Amino acid sequence: MDSFLLQVFSGLANGSIYAALGLALVMIYQSTHHINFAQGEMATFATFIAWTLIERGVPYWLAFFITVAIAFVGGLVVQRVFIRPVERAPVLNNVIVFVGLLVIFNAMSGWVFGQTVKAFKSPFPTTSVFLPQYISGHQLGSLGVTLAVLLVVFLFFKYTPIGLAIRAAAQNPDSASLVGIRVSWMLALGWGLASAIGAVAGMMIAPVIFLDPNLMGGILLYGFAAALLGGIDNPWGAVIGGFIVGVLENILGAYVIGTELKLSVALVLIVGKLTLMPHGLFGRKVVTRV
Amino acid sequence: MKLLEVQDLQAWYGTTQALFGLNFSLEKGGITTILGANGAGKTTTLRAICQTVKTQGSVVLLGQSVGGFATDKIVRMGVAHVPDGRGTFTGLTVLENLRLGAYTRRDKDAVAQDIERMFARFPRLKERYNQQAGTLSGGEQQMLAISRALMLRPTLLLLDEPSFGLAPLIVQEIFEIMRNINQVDQVSMLLVEQNATLALELADYAYLLETGKVVLSGTAQEIRSDASVRRTYLGY
Repeated sequence: MDSFLLQVFSGLANGSIYAALGLALVMIYQSTHHINFAQGEMATFATFIAWTLIERGVPYWLAFFITVAIAFVGGLVVQRVFIRPVERAPVLNNVIVFVGLLVIFNAMSGWVFGQTVKAFKSPFPTTSVFLPQYISGHQLGSLGVTLAVLLVVFLFFKYTPIGLAIRAAAQNPDSASLVGIRVSWMLALGWGLASAIGAVAGMMIAPVIFLDPNLMGGILLYGFAAALLGGIDNPWGAVIGGFIVGVLENILGAYVIGTELKLSVALVLIVGKLTLMPHGLFGRKVVTRV
Repeated sequence: MKLLEVQDLQAWYGTTQALFGLNFSLEKGGITTILGANGAGKTTTLRAICQTVKTQGSVVLLGQSVGGFATDKIVRMGVAHVPDGRGTFTGLTVLENLRLGAYTRRDKDAVAQDIERMFARFPRLKERYNQQAGTLSGGEQQMLAISRALMLRPTLLLLDEPSFGLAPLIVQEIFEIMRNINQVDQVSMLLVEQNATLALELADYAYLLETGKVVLSGTAQEIRSDASVRRTYLGY
C-alpha cells in the first residue's frame, strides 16, 4: 500500500509541474491559437539563471523570485521582438519562429552555462520526521509551490482589471481595442506570465531530474499531454490534465510498462486524445453559425 | 467647435478602397445618422473614425487631428463604439463586460455607480449579471453592448446597426432608450442604420452614403421629405 501511495504522491508532485507547464502553453494558445514549442527551452534557460545565482551565493528564495522576474521580462521581450512581427502572419510562419526560438534557447543554455549535467538544489528538506514515508520533502514542497502559483494566476485573472483585460484581448481582440485595451501589450503580458510560470516549473523539476540544456524536453511533452487532455483552450482543464498525466505516468511506469516506457505514456495520451476526443475532457466544441 | 469634423476621408481594406473622400461633421449633443444601402461604406466610416481600418484624409475630434492614432488612444478621448455584430465578450460575464467598458477609467467609485445605473436602466442585465454574455438573447446583448459603451462616459457614441436582427418591439425599446441617453446623459451619437425610417425619427441630422461618398445631407426632416430618399430607402 505504501509503495502505491508513493507512486501516487510522486505522480501528483510531477503532475503539478506538468500542470504548470500545460497552463503556460494554454495561456499563449488562448490568445494566439499557437502552441509555443519554445516554452520548455525558455524555462530551462531561466532555471540555469537560477542555478547561477544560487551558485554565486544568492539565498534560494531570493534567487527564485529574481529568476521569476527575469523570466517574466524575458517572455515579454521575446514576444515584442520575435513574435510581434509575425502576429498577423500565417500559422506556419509562427511555427517556424517557435522552432527557431526552441533551437536558440537550447543552444544558448549549452553555450552560456555548459553542456554538463548539474545538480540543482532543492529548498526543501529531503526527509522529515513529520512526513510519512511515501512523500518526500521536495515533492510536497514543489506541489505546494505550483499550487500557490496556480492560485495566484487564478486570482490575477479573475479579480484584477489587467487580468480581465488579458482575457478580453484573448477572446475578442477587436472589441478589446474598442474599449481602450492595448491588445498587443496584453499578448506580451501573457507571454511574460507564461514564461514566469514555466520558470517555476523548471526550478521545481530540476532537483528531481538534474539540470542540463535538455531539462525540459521530456517535460514539455507531458505538458502538451496535460494541456491537450484537459482541452487546449481551458486553463483549468490543463491543470487537472497535468495531475492526471502525472499520476497515470507513474502508476503505469511502476506496475504495467516499466520506467523506460514512461515518456510514451504522454505520447499515447496525445495521440489517443486527438483521435478519440478532439476537444479534451473540458474543452469547448466551437460551433459556428453560418 | 464641432465635435467631429471629417474631410476627404478615404479608407481601404487591403488594396480595396471602401471610402472615396467623405466629408461630414457632427455637432455636440446631437444625433446624426448615416444612411445607405449595403456596401455603401457606413460601417467603414465608423471604423475609420476609430482607426481600425487603413485611412487617409483628416479626422478631427474636438479640435485634435486623430489620423494615425492607435484605437485605444481614440477611446481614451471619449469615443465609444458599439461595433457591427455588437462586439460582446461572449465568454465573459455581463458584469465583466460592463467593467471592460470602463477599462480606461480610474474613478473606481464612479464606475461602480455607473454599473448600478446601467442595471437600473436595464433590469434584465441585473438579473443576469453573473451569466456568460453569450447566453443572452439578441436584445439583451444589444442592451449590454450599449451599456458597455456608456460605461466609458463617452462624449461620442458610435452605433453600428443597433436594430440588426432584433424583433420590432425590442428595436422600439432600444431606440427609446437611445433617445433618453442622448437627452439625459448629453451623449452625442453617430448612428449607422439600414432601417432609415427609425433612424430618421431619432436623428436630427442625416447623411446619405452611396459607394463610399456622401450624396445627400440635411436635417432629418429634409431627408425624410426628399423624394428619391422616400422611394429608395423609406418605401413610400
